[in-house]
Amino acid sequence: MTTPILETRNATKRFSRTLDFAAKLAQRLGANVSDETVHAVDGVDLQIMPGEVVGLVGESGCGKSTLGRMVAGILPPTEGSIVFNGVDIAAMDAKAARKAALEIQMIFQDPFASLNPRMRVDQIIGEAPLFHGIVSRAELSDYVDDIMRRTGLDPSLKRRYPHQFSGGQRQRIGIARALAVKPRFLVCDEAIAALDVSIQAQIINLFVDLREELDLTYLFISHDLSVVEHISDRVVIMYLGRVVESAPIADIFDAPNHPYTVALLNEAPRLDQRNRNFQPVKGEIPSPLDPPPGCHFHPRCPHAHARCSAERPVLREVAPGRLSACHLND
Amino acid sequence: MTLTVSNLHTHFFTRAGVVKAVDGVDFQIAPGEILGLVGESGSGKSITGFSIMGLIDDPGRIVSGSIRLKGEELVGASEDAMRTVRGNRIAMIFQDPMMTLNPVLRVDTQMVEAIRAHEKISKRDALARCRDALGMVGIPAPEERLRAYPHQLSGGMRQRVAIAIAFLNEPDLIIADEPTTALDVTIQSQIIHEAQSLCKRTGTALVWITHDLAVVAGIADRIAVMYAGRIVETGDIDAVIDTALHPYTVGLLGSVPTSNRRGERLTQIPGMPPNVMNLPKGCAFGERCPRRSSECDAEPLITEPRPAQAVRCFHPHGQGGKL
Ligand SMILES: Nc1ncnc2c1ncn2[C@@H]1O[C@H](COP(=O)(O)OP(=O)(O)OP(=O)(O)O)[C@@H](O)[C@H]1O
Ligand SMILES: Nc1ncnc2c1ncn2[C@@H]1O[C@H](COP(=O)(O)OP(=O)(O)O)[C@@H](O)[C@H]1O
Ligand code: SF4
Ligand code: SF4
Ligand SMILES: [Mg+2]
Ligand SMILES: [Mg+2]
Repeated sequence: MTTPILETRNATKRFSRTLDFAAKLAQRLGANVSDETVHAVDGVDLQIMPGEVVGLVGESGCGKSTLGRMVAGILPPTEGSIVFNGVDIAAMDAKAARKAALEIQMIFQDPFASLNPRMRVDQIIGEAPLFHGIVSRAELSDYVDDIMRRTGLDPSLKRRYPHQFSGGQRQRIGIARALAVKPRFLVCDEAIAALDVSIQAQIINLFVDLREELDLTYLFISHDLSVVEHISDRVVIMYLGRVVESAPIADIFDAPNHPYTVALLNEAPRLDQRNRNFQPVKGEIPSPLDPPPGCHFHPRCPHAHARCSAERPVLREVAPGRLSACHLND
Repeated sequence: MTLTVSNLHTHFFTRAGVVKAVDGVDFQIAPGEILGLVGESGSGKSITGFSIMGLIDDPGRIVSGSIRLKGEELVGASEDAMRTVRGNRIAMIFQDPMMTLNPVLRVDTQMVEAIRAHEKISKRDALARCRDALGMVGIPAPEERLRAYPHQLSGGMRQRVAIAIAFLNEPDLIIADEPTTALDVTIQSQIIHEAQSLCKRTGTALVWITHDLAVVAGIADRIAVMYAGRIVETGDIDAVIDTALHPYTVGLLGSVPTSNRRGERLTQIPGMPPNVMNLPKGCAFGERCPRRSSECDAEPLITEPRPAQAVRCFHPHGQGGKL
C-alpha cells in the first residue's frame, strides 16, 4: 500500500479566550463568566493519497480553514499530529521542515489581501524560488514567464502591481506564486469563492489542468458542493469541528450515509432543480463554544434517538472506502 | 401587472466620467410572481433595485424611463410620496440585514414602528401581528425574540427578522438583493422556503437579485439575465435554463458545475465584463462572444424568437444554430 502524502492523526485545535481583568473581577463577585474555549477542530483523522483531490465541505465555522491551516503547517495543532510523507512535521529537523514547508502551499480566498501591494508581479512570483535556490538569478526571468503562461497570465504584464489586475487575474497570481516553489500539495481555501461565475469556471479549469500537468495533490476547501463535486475524487464533510463522512465523490452524491450529508445535498441549490419545494432541515448551527453533547448534529437530526445525545459516534468504515460517524450504522 | 419597468436608465455622473449602471432595462412582474434577476458583479442589479425604491443619490440619477407600480408612475414622484411607497407598498431586503435593522432598538420596537408608520392600529394589535410575522419566517419562540436586540441574534435570525419586517405590511412588491449570499446552505434553504411560501400566501411579487444561477433555478418563476446595465435575456425559468438564447446566458450556464458534467472541462467565457464607463460600440458582449459578426457593431434590439422568451442579440442560439 502506498503511504499517504498527507495524514492528520487526531488533529485538534482549541482556541481559548482567557478572561481579562474586568471579567475576572466579575467572576470573583459571582458573575457567571468563565474562560471560553472554541473546539475549532476536534480529533480529525484524514488520509490523502498522492495525486488525490480531496474536497472539504461544511458550513461556516465548522473548522475547514483551521484544519487547512494545520495541514499547511501554518498553525500548530493543540493535540495530534500532521504527517507528511510518513513523517510527523513536528518531529522533522530544520532542513526537512523547510522542505515540507515548500512542498505544501496554501491558496486563499481573498487574492488581494494575500498579495503585497507594493511588489511587482514578477517579484511576487519570483521572490521565494530565488530565495530558496530553486532557480538562479540568471534563469529567473524565464522561469517567471513560464509560470505566468502556465497559469494563464500574459508575461508582458509582469512589471505591473496587483491592483492593476482583475479579481480573477489576482487569483491566478496567487496560484502562480504558490507553484513557483514547486509544491506537491496545495491547500486551496475557498480559492474561487470571491470570483464571478464566469471567472470561477476559468480558475476551476486551471486547477484541473495543473493537477494533470504537475502531478499535484489538492485539499480543496469549499462551501460550494457543486464545485467540490466537479473537482474532487473524494469528499470529506465536516460539522462543528468533526468529520462526519468521507467517501468517493460518486458514492456520496448517489447515496449519502450521514443524515447531515443528506440534508446538505438536499438543500444545495442546483440548476436542474426548478421551482422546488424546499424541505429544509430545522434549527441553527450550534455555537462551537458550547457544542451539543454526543453527536453534534442531534438537535437538528430527524433520526436522533436517546443514544445520540449521550455518546459521540465514531467515524468508521461503513463500506469499502466510505467512512461515516452515525449511530444508525450500528 | 404589479410592476412595469420600461427603458430605465440610471447613470452616475462621476468626475471620471458617466457610469451607465443601468442602461435600458425593461421587465414586468405579476402579483405573487418571483423574478430572479441574475448577473455578475457590476452588471447593475442593485442599482436597478435602488432605482425602483427611489433610493438613488448624487451623483446618480434616473435619466429616463418609467417605473409603474400597479399603473402608478414612480419616476419623478416626490420624496414624500416615495416614503409612503417604501415599507408600505414596496419593501427591500439586503444582503446585510443590518441595513434594515436598527442596532440600538429592540426587535419589537422596530417592528411595531414599521406597522404604525403606515397604519392606525393599537400597539397591542401591532405586537400580535409582529409575533405572527416572526413565527411565519420560522423563528422559534417569537415572543422571546421580540424582546431581543439585533446583536443577540445570529446572522440567519437577523435576516429572518428583516424578511418578516419586509412582509409586515403585505406590500405589493419586495426587492431582495442577495439576501442569502452571506448565509450557509441549510440556513439559505430555510429562508428561500419561507420567502416562497409568503409570496404565495400574500400575493406579493418578489424580485430576487443574485449572482447564483442555481439559487434562481430553485426559487424563481421567471428569470432576467443582466449584462453591462441591460437585460440580455428574459423568460420562464425552464425555457431560459434548458434552451438559453443569448450567448452570454449559454456561457454562464456552461460555467456552472453540474452533476451531469462531473469532471469535464467547464465552458469558459473568455475575458472579463466590460467597464460600464467605457462600453464598446454595439453589443456590450461582443468582445467575449463566439457568435459575433459584423452586424454586432450595431446595438442589438430585443426580439422574441420564442413565446415568452425575449433576447437582445442578433444571432441567438437555437435558430438554425446549435445549442
Ligand atoms: N484565531 C482564532 N481565535 C479564536 N477562535 C477562532 C480562531 N480561528 C478560528 N476560530 C474559531 O474556530 C471555529 C472554526 O473556524 P474556521 O475558520 O476554521 O471555520 P471555517 O469552516 O473555515 O468557516 P468559513 O466557512 O466561515 O470559512 C470558528 O468557530 C471560529 O470562530
Ligand atoms: N454611487 C456610485 N457612483 C458611481 N458608480 C456607481 C455607484 N454605485 C454603483 N456604481 C456602478 O454602477 C454599476 C452597477 O452597480 P451595481 O448595480 O451595484 O452592480 P451589481 O450588479 O453588482 O449589483 C457598477 O459599475 C458600479 O461600479
Ligand atoms: S448519530 Fe444520531 S443524531 Fe447523529 S446523525 Fe446519526 S442518527 Fe442523527
Ligand atoms: S449581438 Fe452579436 S456579439 Fe452580441 S451577443 Fe449576439 S451574437 Fe454576440
Ligand atoms: Mg474558512
Ligand atoms: Mg449588488
